[in-house]
Amino acid sequence: MPESRIAMNVRKPNPTTSVIDIEGEVNAGGELILMGAYNEAVSDGASAVVLNFGGLEYMNSGGIGLLVTLLIRAQRQGQRLLAFGLNDHYRQIFELTRLDEAIRIFDGEASALGDVP
Amino acid sequence: MSGNGEREMTTPSDELRDPVARDAANWAPLVQKLQASGVSGDAPNLVDGRRLVGPLQGFGQMWQKTYWVRLSGSDATPAEIMKVWRARFPEFWPRGNRFYPPLAGLEPGEVALFSVSTGPMRLSSGVLVLYADDESFTFMTPQGHMLAAWVTFSAFMEGGSPVAQAQVLMRAQDPIMEISLFLGAQKLEDRQWVHVLSFLARHFGVEAIPETRVTCVDPRRNWSQAKNVWHNAGIRSSIYTLGAPVRWIRAAIRR
Repeated sequence: MPESRIAMNVRKPNPTTSVIDIEGEVNAGGELILMGAYNEAVSDGASAVVLNFGGLEYMNSGGIGLLVTLLIRAQRQGQRLLAFGLNDHYRQIFELTRLDEAIRIFDGEASALGDVP
Repeated sequence: MSGNGEREMTTPSDELRDPVARDAANWAPLVQKLQASGVSGDAPNLVDGRRLVGPLQGFGQMWQKTYWVRLSGSDATPAEIMKVWRARFPEFWPRGNRFYPPLAGLEPGEVALFSVSTGPMRLSSGVLVLYADDESFTFMTPQGHMLAAWVTFSAFMEGGSPVAQAQVLMRAQDPIMEISLFLGAQKLEDRQWVHVLSFLARHFGVEAIPETRVTCVDPRRNWSQAKNVWHNAGIRSSIYTLGAPVRWIRAAIRR
């Protein structure tokens, strides 16, 4: 399993939504850290989790696979997954892999939070 | 983990601060429809004009299947293993199944074609090289492939030995393929990757039996994607095979 240089910080801007700030590299080696952050994000009943990719420095195909498994987990628990902070390069990767069809992408945190009732 | 939710990490070093420079060349450029223009051999091309389909756009249950082999005793580095695997990919395939690599090699954005035997019939499709770096490369499937999948081939060190791995994140692309998987196609696919890893290990002088781990990521079926059956690989491959005489006649007339 490749080593992952990743840090995640979980914030709760409002009772229904949590934000996970992602910093560093997203690859398959980051699975435990990402799933741990997700567990923390939904631990008190948040119905939506917003991923902040503003600090993303590197992502490989293993990282995309990790996001898919996270998305499936969220869907099975009835939670929405949203994203913001992606630069043009990573937006294109989301489009290429068609991940953008399942995870709504916003320009900034305010617009992402505004989409959650 | 600290009290404010900060998780354990290795601090990213300053030289890692330029994201585009690090992985931009590893990803395929954005494409709407595939074009398999530079492929070696006489491969049936059922890929041109097709869209890419990932696990999220497939129909069947989602599975993550991991096949790996430990190259104990080999002093090959992960990068050396991947260099060989990528350059000689078709050589490790089982006899009877053919992989037609792009002339430019398995580089990001290139399209490869293949034709595999599944009992009484042959299925033909292709893959896009979605991602490639020194220690891994990933294929993504197009419409008409049996699977809606990403297949990642990688090598890494574990316990002092190099390990080669193939990992498939997949759904059957349509209801017919979902049934086929349960009727035996799943085992054929398992056998395919076990064979590939065994032969790869043998190339590095190691006789080893690959191991397999299968996880059901999503037991639900994606009924909104049942329409994928329109592109079904079996049906399209059969039509292509039945159309062979017409193509021969056309080619003869052109000559």
